Amino acid sequence: MAATATFTRPKRKAVFRAEDATTEPRTVRGLLIGSAVLFLGIFLFLPLAVVFTAAFAKGVSLYLASLREPDALAAIRLTLLTAAIAVPLNLVFGVAAAWSIGKFEFLGKSLLITLIDLPFSVSPVVAGLIYVLCFGLQGLLGPWLAAHNIKIIFAVPGIVLATIFVTFPFVARELIPLFQAQGNEEEEAALTLGANGWQTLFRVTLPNAKWGLLYGVILSNARAMGEFGAVSVVSGHIRGLTNTMPLHIEILYNEYHFTAAFAVASLLTLLALLTLFLKSFVEWKSRQPGAPKEAAGGKEVAA
Amino acid sequence: MTIRFKRRSILPGFGLSLGFTLFYLSLIVLIPLSAVFVKTFSLTWHQFWHIVTARRALASYRLSFGASAIATLINLVFGLNVAWVLVRYQFPGKRLFDSLVDLPFALPTAVAGIALTTIYAPNGWIGRFLDKIGIKGAYSPLGVVIALTFTGLPFVVRTVQPVLEDLDKEMEEAAASLGAGRWQVVTRVLWPSVLPAALTGATMAFARAVGEYGSVVFISGNMPMRTEITPLLIVTKLQQYDYTGATAIAVVMLVAAFVLLLTINLLQVWSGHRRKIRAALESGAVPGSS
Repeated sequence: MAATATFTRPKRKAVFRAEDATTEPRTVRGLLIGSAVLFLGIFLFLPLAVVFTAAFAKGVSLYLASLREPDALAAIRLTLLTAAIAVPLNLVFGVAAAWSIGKFEFLGKSLLITLIDLPFSVSPVVAGLIYVLCFGLQGLLGPWLAAHNIKIIFAVPGIVLATIFVTFPFVARELIPLFQAQGNEEEEAALTLGANGWQTLFRVTLPNAKWGLLYGVILSNARAMGEFGAVSVVSGHIRGLTNTMPLHIEILYNEYHFTAAFAVASLLTLLALLTLFLKSFVEWKSRQPGAPKEAAGGKEVAA
Repeated sequence: MTIRFKRRSILPGFGLSLGFTLFYLSLIVLIPLSAVFVKTFSLTWHQFWHIVTARRALASYRLSFGASAIATLINLVFGLNVAWVLVRYQFPGKRLFDSLVDLPFALPTAVAGIALTTIYAPNGWIGRFLDKIGIKGAYSPLGVVIALTFTGLPFVVRTVQPVLEDLDKEMEEAAASLGAGRWQVVTRVLWPSVLPAALTGATMAFARAVGEYGSVVFISGNMPMRTEITPLLIVTKLQQYDYTGATAIAVVMLVAAFVLLLTINLLQVWSGHRRKIRAALESGAVPGSS
């Protein structure tokens, strides 16, 4: 046994610094940031830039003329009408579903939540297809509707129905966890003070959930106005009558009216940017100290 | 004790709210969805099989599922990159990039479709460079992959970000004090917590990509057997009044969606499980933690 046995260790730095194991070397950091920025720049900034560049490529007057064209105006009107019907209906549904699911315990609750989430997992084209199967001429109710001269498919009601389907879960998905997290104490207190159900709902529950509610409505609206696949299937594409803005964009683009197509697209893009801004605003608001609990989560929207 | 349907509560309005919920749900979602299956039951199994395994249908599945898989992989890698950079580093414009990540959620798919096509067409901003080296951007399967990458971009980022934000620096410091190098900390301490969330996000992106229509139909070129995605095949069959054929393919898509939904739920249970274990460890077992 040698008294001077040496023990070789792998070379290590003379001084151990905690940052060595909790942060990356500067070059790695730079590379990571650079690749992330490049990726986001190519996939997110370029499409935004191209929309506005192409829309104004032939000048402002042509841009405005494309928007004032009768078919474009009709498309804008139809889009606004559809959203004005679909969003409030789904809002009422969302509040009703959140009240029953968030404030009570009953058997089958998770099944109900899964069913409410179904429209999210269905492809937009399939969403349109199911309404054609129900209400189309060859559909289940087709003969009855034809006999009574009611047009649903290839007319405005079909477009509204398809839009309601695709925006169905938004408000409910926001409100259900919110109502659950806030518990029943405040509502029960209101009841002991003599409020009836409606007063409790409007004066206690909804004000507490106002940011989640707003968030759900914003997302729902953005999706309702931008829906393409489902509406395309049920619409019939009749210019001036059954074209929403996304469908009108498709027609213009396929006819090589690129500037006009991007002009209409720029309106929807502005709406998208507004949606993103409101989303950040609501998230910021719900993070403020003293604000009602629950921040908004990231949820899916586009069509 | 008898099994009750609903626990006792003094809050009113259960019957009305649940009743309305079920009514609206059935009217808008359940009854129309069942129309798909009613229609399909009018076919024999042999007829159904014949339609869904036709050569054109198979080619569309290959494209839809294949391109979705590639796009999902791209989004997995870059999504982790972006989430890491947004949570851990500071750089100019970070807040802007962070809000912009949700753009594919907010932008209508038709707008995304025409914008991407314009960029990657042979005379487009990026397309002209690809054209010089002989690669077709738009009107090819590559175009489909690009569009689906755009569509799925936010999923992995938004599922991984909260997990990264929740991670405690103390765990990394503890590992460091035990002699771990940075790479070991990343692979042995951080990665196992991030993996379930990343997989959940990737599966969601995949599910969305498979059913995507608007962003893809402009850039793909829509040639049957080569650049035709499955949703487009359904639309084409509908336009030819082949309701039965369209419905059969739709059933295939619904089954795929259902399987993916199940996978996502299981993955969420797995990551929720991990989060509970970690929360328990952090609250009780680790001395000095708040």
